[in-house]
Amino acid sequence: MTPEDWSAVAVTVRLASATTAILLLLGTPLAWWLARSRSRVQPVVEAVVALPLVLPPTVLGFYLLLALGPNGPIGRLTELLGIGGLPFSFAGLLAGSVVYSLPFVVQPLRAAFRAIGAGPLEAAATLRAGPWDRFVHVAAPLAAPAFLSAAVIGFAHTVGEFGVVLLIGGNIPGSTRVLSVAVYDHVEALAYPQAHALAGGLLAFSFAVLWAVYVVERRGRART
Amino acid sequence: MTDLHLAVRWRRGDFALDADVTLPGRGVSAVFGPSGCGKTTLLRCLAGLDRAPGGEVRFLDVCWQSGDGRVFIPPHQRGVGFVFQGASLFSHLSVRGNLAFAWQRAPRERREPGIERMAALFDLTALLDRMPAGLSGGERQRVALARALLSAPRLLLLDEPLAAMDHARRDELVPYLDRARAELDIAAVLVSHAVDEVARLCDHLVLLHDGRVVAQGPTAELLVRFDVARALRDEAGAVLRGTVAEYQPANHLTLVAIAGGTLRLPGKQGPTGTPLRCRIAARDLSLALTSAPDTSILNLLAATVVDLEPDGAGQVLARVRLAGGDLLLARVSQWSAAQLELRPGRAVVAQFKAVALAGGLGLGGG
Repeated sequence: MTPEDWSAVAVTVRLASATTAILLLLGTPLAWWLARSRSRVQPVVEAVVALPLVLPPTVLGFYLLLALGPNGPIGRLTELLGIGGLPFSFAGLLAGSVVYSLPFVVQPLRAAFRAIGAGPLEAAATLRAGPWDRFVHVAAPLAAPAFLSAAVIGFAHTVGEFGVVLLIGGNIPGSTRVLSVAVYDHVEALAYPQAHALAGGLLAFSFAVLWAVYVVERRGRART
Repeated sequence: MTDLHLAVRWRRGDFALDADVTLPGRGVSAVFGPSGCGKTTLLRCLAGLDRAPGGEVRFLDVCWQSGDGRVFIPPHQRGVGFVFQGASLFSHLSVRGNLAFAWQRAPRERREPGIERMAALFDLTALLDRMPAGLSGGERQRVALARALLSAPRLLLLDEPLAAMDHARRDELVPYLDRARAELDIAAVLVSHAVDEVARLCDHLVLLHDGRVVAQGPTAELLVRFDVARALRDEAGAVLRGTVAEYQPANHLTLVAIAGGTLRLPGKQGPTGTPLRCRIAARDLSLALTSAPDTSILNLLAATVVDLEPDGAGQVLARVRLAGGDLLLARVSQWSAAQLELRPGRAVVAQFKAVALAGGLGLGGG
């Protein structure tokens, strides 16, 4: 492992952590709304949230590139705010990752909130608990396992991101060069031992994460 | 204003609720009717869990929902306790956690009984550290009831709290309900489709059928109305209030003093002076012209026929007045009625079996 490889690992971890944090912050209210809304807009929003699941990362990356670019709506906004252009920067990569991993965080949370049902929340309301109190002390603890798996899967999925990164982040060492891209470069250069070190590490990490999630899920099921 | 008033006209799909109900602001009232008649919806409107468009809800002198839609107090600000059919305990909290959830949110000056004492009242002390998943149905309902009371509600709403239980379990839970209402002087509304439950626990009755109010008023008065009796079919019957006068161990009989007379009830029914409600089903009451000594019937009381009403299929409902003024209902065959020449004013002997409904009821002044 070269220092460049280690820097790719560092960028990846930074990106995945920031993405997960942002997604938990944005995804929780969104999932809550999706689980409880009876609005006609709800299925539309649900479909939009699920799009990254079915779209090729290149399509997603292409449109994100246009949106974030100097002539795109988001690009104009960031120029106006003095942040500058997002493409080929860590911030742009972060924006792309948030969109790309959105369904992986929102969907388990939405399913968990839906599974809680109206019962416990109505009971809490009749025990003088207001809406925020009900969310914090009833809904959130009941959905705790889902928060854990949403965070872990969101993190792991961001680590595994490739197409979107390549399109909007490029390959700038120390800034936007992530693990998956580094593996790609090594394979292109026929540096198989180096590719093995990164790819094998990623494989082991991903397996360990998924295993942990399913073990936790099983414990959760056994308890109820 | 010292009452609870609800006026709702609500059509949802093929179900319509059209009720204008006034209940006393204290004591236990019942909303009674067959499944699917709108009882639960009515209760949910009282709690604010459902919001019927154009509906009006008022408790004592506070408006909870105004007809013009401008006022709607959300459930958590109404101070209502709600015991759901399925108990709805918080599965992530222990029994103690569930009780504490309610207690912590009660107004400071009304946290008096405390978790420990409430737990003792409902025999939950040994269960405090258990999780809800490990409790039986009856235990869960006891926790739900204790939890609702710990939130210091001004109005307690009970949605068929006994429905999920078999008869033996029900009989186990009823004394707790009773204790709750004796200990805490609050208004309660109980939704039920079991007459004995209602007759046992409730002073005031609203009879609901297909989303409409058939009758409402004091339980004892209502139960001897012909239209109510017809609606109750086989469960029609009167309720008498009395006090335990004497237990005769040799005969295993309890004598119960009622207005202007005495009833004989099988078994021991509590110490002398215990207030008691007895239920006399219309099908368990027969009428005779003379007081025959050669009968196995425990109670023979002189009565006067008040009025009669045909009850379909060769049956007649007869209302009779006992010497003390209490009314009873009898369901007799048309043929017998003709044989006995039953008519208003006719003196008869009422022969019946009486069933005691839970002793120790705080019958209050009602």
